[in-house]
Amino acid sequence: MTEIQQDSDLISVTIDGQEVKVKSGEVLIDACEEAGVDIPRFCYHKRMSQVGMCRMCIVEVDTGRGPSLQPSCMMDVSEGMVIDTQSEEIKKIQDGVLEFLLINHPLDCPVCDKGGECPLQDQTMAYGPGETRFVEEKRHFEKPIPINDNVYLDRERCILCDRCTRFADEVVGDPLIQFIDRGNSTQVNTFPEDPFASYFSGNIVQLCPVGALTAKPYRFKARPWDLEEIESTYPNPLGDRIVVQSSRDQVLRLQGLDSEAVNWGWLSDKDRFSFEAFQSEYRLDNPLVRGGGLNKADKSGTGLVASSWAGAMSIITESLNGADPDRVAVIGGARLTNESQYAWAKLAKGIIGTDHVSADLGDDLQPHVLLGLPRATISEACQPNNTIVLLTPDLKEEYGTLFIRLRDAAKNLGVKIIELSPMRTALSADAAVSLHPLPGEIGNVVQAITTGDIPREIGGISGEDLSLAHSHLKDTNVFVIVSRSSMGQSEEPIIEALTSLQEVDNCRFLPLVRRANTMGALDMGMAPGLLPGRNTLSSGSSVFSDIWPNLPTESGANTKQILQKAADGDIDTLFLLGADPLTDFPDKALAKAALERTNTIISVDLFVTPSVYESDVVLPAASFLEADGSHTNVEGRITPIRQKITPPGTARPDWMIAAEISHRLGHDLGVDTPEDIWEELGSRSAVHGDLDYRKLDHLPDGHLITATGRIPFIPAEERIETRPVDSYAMRLILGRRMFDQGTVTQMSPSLTQLAEKSELRINQYDFERLGIIEGAQVEVSSGGASISISVKVDNRVRRSSALIYSNLEGADPRELLIEGAHSIDIRIDPTVKESA
Amino acid sequence: MSRLNEENLRIARQILSRYPKKKSALIPLLHLSQEQNGMVTNEAMEHIAELVEVTPAEVLGTCSFYEMFKRHPVGEYQINICHGISCHLLGAEDVLEHAEKSLGVKEGEITQDGKFSFEGVECIAACTEAPCLQVNYRYVNRVSSDEFDQLVTDLKNGQNTQIPKHGTLAKTRQNIQSEKLAGPAEVESASPPVWLQRNKEDQ
Repeated sequence: MTEIQQDSDLISVTIDGQEVKVKSGEVLIDACEEAGVDIPRFCYHKRMSQVGMCRMCIVEVDTGRGPSLQPSCMMDVSEGMVIDTQSEEIKKIQDGVLEFLLINHPLDCPVCDKGGECPLQDQTMAYGPGETRFVEEKRHFEKPIPINDNVYLDRERCILCDRCTRFADEVVGDPLIQFIDRGNSTQVNTFPEDPFASYFSGNIVQLCPVGALTAKPYRFKARPWDLEEIESTYPNPLGDRIVVQSSRDQVLRLQGLDSEAVNWGWLSDKDRFSFEAFQSEYRLDNPLVRGGGLNKADKSGTGLVASSWAGAMSIITESLNGADPDRVAVIGGARLTNESQYAWAKLAKGIIGTDHVSADLGDDLQPHVLLGLPRATISEACQPNNTIVLLTPDLKEEYGTLFIRLRDAAKNLGVKIIELSPMRTALSADAAVSLHPLPGEIGNVVQAITTGDIPREIGGISGEDLSLAHSHLKDTNVFVIVSRSSMGQSEEPIIEALTSLQEVDNCRFLPLVRRANTMGALDMGMAPGLLPGRNTLSSGSSVFSDIWPNLPTESGANTKQILQKAADGDIDTLFLLGADPLTDFPDKALAKAALERTNTIISVDLFVTPSVYESDVVLPAASFLEADGSHTNVEGRITPIRQKITPPGTARPDWMIAAEISHRLGHDLGVDTPEDIWEELGSRSAVHGDLDYRKLDHLPDGHLITATGRIPFIPAEERIETRPVDSYAMRLILGRRMFDQGTVTQMSPSLTQLAEKSELRINQYDFERLGIIEGAQVEVSSGGASISISVKVDNRVRRSSALIYSNLEGADPRELLIEGAHSIDIRIDPTVKESA
Repeated sequence: MSRLNEENLRIARQILSRYPKKKSALIPLLHLSQEQNGMVTNEAMEHIAELVEVTPAEVLGTCSFYEMFKRHPVGEYQINICHGISCHLLGAEDVLEHAEKSLGVKEGEITQDGKFSFEGVECIAACTEAPCLQVNYRYVNRVSSDEFDQLVTDLKNGQNTQIPKHGTLAKTRQNIQSEKLAGPAEVESASPPVWLQRNKEDQ
């Protein structure tokens, strides 16, 4: 929780005899810490509210009325305050507090996972009694009990500091763990049979100051003193900062790193526990080729068999040597580090000479939207009294830590959120206005809100609600967070909405992307028509032409066009860089046709995805745990990714693979290390030039790229007419769940059981109107296509619309999408029976 | 089965309508469910959680804080025998021992006919009347062993009509005469509570 800085004036206080200047209004415990005086504490955490539960931080405070004992977490500093943290009295109190805390705390430290990194253990050594005087029986509980699939609770060890319960309630809004009972019987627990089903449950394990909460993936795997650690970045769109901890070349745990600019130390469970996936037995560890492998050639010549790098490379060189650059294409690259993206962009555009390079998979905003709008950071948006307009899906599902930041902004900073999501989300309760326009109508709704030209009703939103939203745009700084909220809505209505919002004074934008390092990919030129450093092919070719000898002259194809070309037989060699068009591209049939027609498909990936399975050559790549580099988040913030372990088998960093292919094509890519790449980039790119790469590890908030305006935003020209829903149809929303069918969730044993099956979710009203039986299979159709799917009541979905999470196991709702339509109307036939 | 029944659900809605925040109705609704079942069941807590829009864990957290909400079955007549310091000095332990013998059950258990259960409690603030006890929170002062037996017999035979069955505490609250109500009778005409503004919860 952040304090609103009312008064940034410095005041002077005396701490342990030293006069120091501290910020007015600061909490005493923080002021002491900044003055270099360490105060022991258990319950206090600067990202949460103060509760004064543990009494460990008591200090002597004299405000002119004589010294008094005060918990330093519950008191703000004031002018002239004299603080003593070392007096005999304080030492006695610290000793006493610890003796009381240890009354019921079992001394099972030798078998406790926390032992060695335990604040209670450390502070007892530093401030506590050497021996206990307590001879009575300690309290006993069943130990440990699972409170969800991944977190265990040992109530005997709990010292009731309220950190986990505060986190659940205040930070993420999942108050599913509580103090139960009273006095000596107080315990933390869930409601019977109602697990702590939070997307952020791993954080409470990291928060716990004793060994009461432990995470299943780490239990009994290592002792803290055996762990080595390195600060890195989790490659998700927000670039959450992490600490990677390993022992004997095996990553055992990811911890959140408190970064003021980004994640505040929090991580979603999907990211925290996903390290398992990167070490799973299903990781690719050797090159694969179709048919004639090394030793065990597939006699039928149709399967993928193990090969060598030399073998795989010779197939690749054969297909590229003398090839027409226009018949070579690259899809993907969002998984890669900035450096690897530069290397691949250089290989594709500068060496091979094709501009058919696209990191996007047809489900993100276009480069001109991502790069062209005046950009804001998360912290700039989350300032008191700002207004934030959300054109996003449920952020809790897809952008966990951003959800936490926005929730804090709305609850504690007075930020007004105007939510324009297709359905009710986890932020709706805290939003000033929460509106759910019908899919396809967002452009019309936003236009009414920004202009104040309010119709009686539009897009399913009443004039009254539109006026209310309009009123929040006045006399304030407006920030817009935008993403492709639903695949059931095309990009045009969003661009139309952004065009209206651009007209609002001082409006700034934070466009979100679906995949990890998509922003880096754009900045490194992995999009048609782009070169690194936000140069275009036309404006920047002179900058790069001496080191990128074969630069194409004409702008190439985006992913959709590449797949179209491939399906028409116009692509001979297709690189898939961690891309799985069969799973992710909205038009599955097109992706399938493209992969079938292409002669040579070369995949660089970590796992065998459906698209990798269709490839001819598969090269194993190193994951973010196994290679050095950097990452660019949605704000344009560059933070380091650091190698902690060695890659499995012969897997290599992606940039090295690009350099190898280039070498075999007779060109030296000119890079031997990631630093080389950065030096080359820095010398050419004005955008990246002012970053001192060697200092990146020491920049707590990373390096922010601020250049805008180099790639202009292309506003919408035509207005999309509003389209009413007829009473038999429903407007389709395609959402995404945190735990999904994706490889990361599926390859992590701790996460796979959390993924659900796909269902059609509709409002109770529509459910009754259609006369459906809950859980029944129904036939859902749009255009000519139909799928069979079970139905569930979900009142977060508004009337006349229907939600399917598209990334779950079961019916594939991509079948229902209609090429070129701004929104999709579906019809539900409730009469189809289970057997059908 | 132990969710609020239809009649009580109607009362619950009425109670909810009295508060500007639904959460405020949590404790009155717990009383209501105890009135219905003689205890607060897990199902009732889930039902209340739905009604006041909090999680069941939050309802349990509140419910378990208060001793008067029973989450285990008790007899129709729950006898709380005080063993605070005054009662202790004046023979509370004897009363407890006698109760165990006379009712034939241990502390916390229910007699076979389901009528009685008892437990020792901390001071019930009637030290001048020690040793004292409560039957369903109605005071019985200066009890001797004989008087205890007489009390039990009277309750068993229905001769003591002063004391209602366990859980009916809320009954009196439902019938407060309008002139005895504290504050404005109409919620609409009341000014918003100060804490609402202080906590900025209505923003």
